[in-house]
Amino acid sequence: MSVSQGGASALQSVPALLKRNATEFGDKAAYREKEFGIWQTWGWSAVHEEVEALALGLINLGVNEGDYIAVVGRNRPHLYWAIVAAQRVGAIPVPLYQDSVAEEMAYVLGHCGARFVIVGDQEQVDKVIEIQDQLHQFEHMIYLDPRGLRKYDHSHLHQYSHVQDQGRAARDEYIKELERRTAKADFDTPCVMLYTSGTTGKPKGVVLSNRNVIESSRLSSEFDRLRRDDEVLAYLPMAWVGDFVFSVGQCFWTGFCVNCPESAETMQTDLREIAPTYFFAPPRVFETLLTQVMIRMEDAGRFKKRLFDHFMALARRVGPNLLDGKPVGLGDRLAYAVGEALVYGPLKNRMGYSRMRVGYTAGEAIGPEIFDFFRSLGINLKQLYGQTEATVFITAQPDGEVRSDTVGVACPGVELKIGDTGEVFYRSPGVFVEYYKNPESTASTKDAEGWVATGDAGFIEDGTGHLRIIDRAKDVGKMADGSLFAPKYVENKLKFYPNILEAVLFGNGRDECVAFINIDLTAVGNWAERNNIAYSSYQELAAHPQVMATVQGHVEEVNRSVAQDEMLSGCQVHRFVILHKELDADDGELTRTRKVRRRIIEEKFADIVTALYDGSERISTRTEVTYEDGRKGSISATLEIRTADVVPVIPHRVAAE
Amino acid sequence: MKDTEGYITEDGRKIGGVVMEMKNITLKFGGVNAITDISFDIREGEIRAIIGPNGAGKSSMLNVISGFYIPQEGEIWFHGKPRPQMRPYEVARQGIARTFQNIALFEGMSVLDNVMTGRLTHMKSGFFSQAIWKGRAEREEIANREIVERVIDFLEIQNIRKTPVAGLSYGLKKRVELARALAAEPKLLLLDEPMAGMNVEEKEDMCRFILDVNDEFGTTIALIEHDMGVVMDLSDRVVVMDYGKKIGDGPPDEVRSNQEVIDAYLGVQH
Repeated sequence: MSVSQGGASALQSVPALLKRNATEFGDKAAYREKEFGIWQTWGWSAVHEEVEALALGLINLGVNEGDYIAVVGRNRPHLYWAIVAAQRVGAIPVPLYQDSVAEEMAYVLGHCGARFVIVGDQEQVDKVIEIQDQLHQFEHMIYLDPRGLRKYDHSHLHQYSHVQDQGRAARDEYIKELERRTAKADFDTPCVMLYTSGTTGKPKGVVLSNRNVIESSRLSSEFDRLRRDDEVLAYLPMAWVGDFVFSVGQCFWTGFCVNCPESAETMQTDLREIAPTYFFAPPRVFETLLTQVMIRMEDAGRFKKRLFDHFMALARRVGPNLLDGKPVGLGDRLAYAVGEALVYGPLKNRMGYSRMRVGYTAGEAIGPEIFDFFRSLGINLKQLYGQTEATVFITAQPDGEVRSDTVGVACPGVELKIGDTGEVFYRSPGVFVEYYKNPESTASTKDAEGWVATGDAGFIEDGTGHLRIIDRAKDVGKMADGSLFAPKYVENKLKFYPNILEAVLFGNGRDECVAFINIDLTAVGNWAERNNIAYSSYQELAAHPQVMATVQGHVEEVNRSVAQDEMLSGCQVHRFVILHKELDADDGELTRTRKVRRRIIEEKFADIVTALYDGSERISTRTEVTYEDGRKGSISATLEIRTADVVPVIPHRVAAE
Repeated sequence: MKDTEGYITEDGRKIGGVVMEMKNITLKFGGVNAITDISFDIREGEIRAIIGPNGAGKSSMLNVISGFYIPQEGEIWFHGKPRPQMRPYEVARQGIARTFQNIALFEGMSVLDNVMTGRLTHMKSGFFSQAIWKGRAEREEIANREIVERVIDFLEIQNIRKTPVAGLSYGLKKRVELARALAAEPKLLLLDEPMAGMNVEEKEDMCRFILDVNDEFGTTIALIEHDMGVVMDLSDRVVVMDYGKKIGDGPPDEVRSNQEVIDAYLGVQH
């Protein structure tokens, strides 16, 4: 690494890294944002100045050491700087999910007792104003975009740039105090507090120290040989640990450039313009992209379609081997080069992946076809397994050892072990300090020796050392006959079909398994369009007999594949229903990171679950829904219940616990 | 309300003096009186609505203001002076911009290019200079593009910046039209049925944009609208027309309780 370490003690906080970057390569681009159609760039010294001005302004407003400062908004450089400014004044930044509704926000703001809230725009200001009566400690709010806020009462409301101006004006008065506070930070000082979305119960505030963040960033940057000239796109929620580590931790450690899109809708265009070299996306993004490419190819001319099919077949055969550096014949190499010029290159350019050196996906299992599609194009897509509590990194796939069915080997500095119940435990420099104001949960998650329970069941493969995750440990259950029930395993197999967006399997303690299914409106909608099938809503399309038949085909295929696994053959889907609404985080059915909240769904749709088991052929139901603006309504529907073929299972003694 | 100082609205905005005044306007098409002897004023910074049933002469009124129709009788006073007869482009140069009831965009051009046309009256470089795109033309285009980009940002249409207009939804086209009018940086903005044919969500968005434009840039807005709910929420003062005549004028609450207005809208037993 070419950057100086500046003595171990000097680089023990994010502000210290900022100072190093500003001094050593102040002109190098640090943050970019597209605004007014143009990419605006800030170098490291400019960032240092902006952060300092805001930090001085915060002291001017009366921020004390140890205060909690919430940061809410879409990915914008100024909000990342707000995080660092908070650290400079000795406060602890708490990024929140920008799409959380007011009551979720009230819980988190109340729990951390934030005195100051820094927000992006009017939407967030309105939410905080709505709940401010419940927040006893809340004092001041700072907003970035003044639009629509002119008429608001400004006694506790401040514009970001004004706070900075006041800070600059009062520089002489406060700079000593600021330097004193900044210098106090070391490896043990809290760096950030992130709330986990939590598949059950209230969110928990995970406190990460500077050691957690800086050591994890250092080790992971070295693992993937991240460089100062790398480019990333910051588009995932700021409150998510991954974004924090990529857009702040690794960015400040290596000095690479973080690019913020113009708006959520322009993300795809901005991605293409930047062509990041280091990229992270949840599997869903890759799924959507593959679906789009396939739909576009369906609509393309015959020549193009044949060209695409021919070269994709070649790519599937040799692409991954080329990427892994395995031997490939000269003829194939030449043909692949032609394909690169005609198909792969333009396709990658279209997707914005032309320059990608390292791409990660995590959070959920990714379908093997999807994974292989991107790898065969020569995109170095890898899998990662991580958690907020681990400052992201638990396992990752090293270059050359990439497979779709494992999540890789232990990251540098991480120790792994499998508990008696099959649960995965880890210990690393990234292990979190504590859950804020929740010692019981801290104690039940992290033991005295520093081992942390992941809550996931899995095993380490003999020989390769790769970790395989089966399911959430608490979701793994037993069927009535004692055989293993691993819902996610089956759900993932179902979700790998482009037509199926979401699936929820039930069957714990029962004789047989049943499933809820959500169709993917993009894929099925396009199919409907091509086959002249008219529909006016998700509900109508989902109930179409042909759609039902297609999904039934998928379910039966999955049953055949599940039946081959001796341990899990009991998990075949006997009956299923296509839900009349898409599962949604606003209705509490998914977490903000779009994980299924099993218990809540089971309670909410209890009538449908009952109908799936009692043999009825249809069920009339009524469901409450929450609209984006927080209003509530309800939809009612009569759903058809289908029975799927299952492969008979030869009863066997289950030896595995 | 004949004072020259203006008034303060309920939500605390300052409304200034009279910007434009219609004095006894009468417009005839052959034997048909589209507008008969109508007088009203528009004050600086206010949102002024013109409402009325179908065929009341609302669009004709707007076309008189924009200089497209020339009334047979009456005068238009603009900034304290009677306005001479003008062609629409001359009116545009005075700082008046409008949108149309039936969308009038260049369908084949991108959103950006369409909005750029709103800057036309502000461009001074000659044909030759624009053709080689050097010197003044280049500087001018960059400066104009910046203004256009601010409007695009304001109306949140960044994601369709490069999309041809033909493929856009109706609601978005209306928004692009508003963008083009705003790009001209008008002092007075005329909106001809901005919410017509929109769904509830699009209407809400459009309302917010109209209020934001008025709030952010202090633009005076005169709008024609069918939807009574929208008008009553949005506007500071309302002119009501029926069969070419003015039957009411004043703040929304006052107009709402005016018997003649109620009769015109709900019908009356003869």
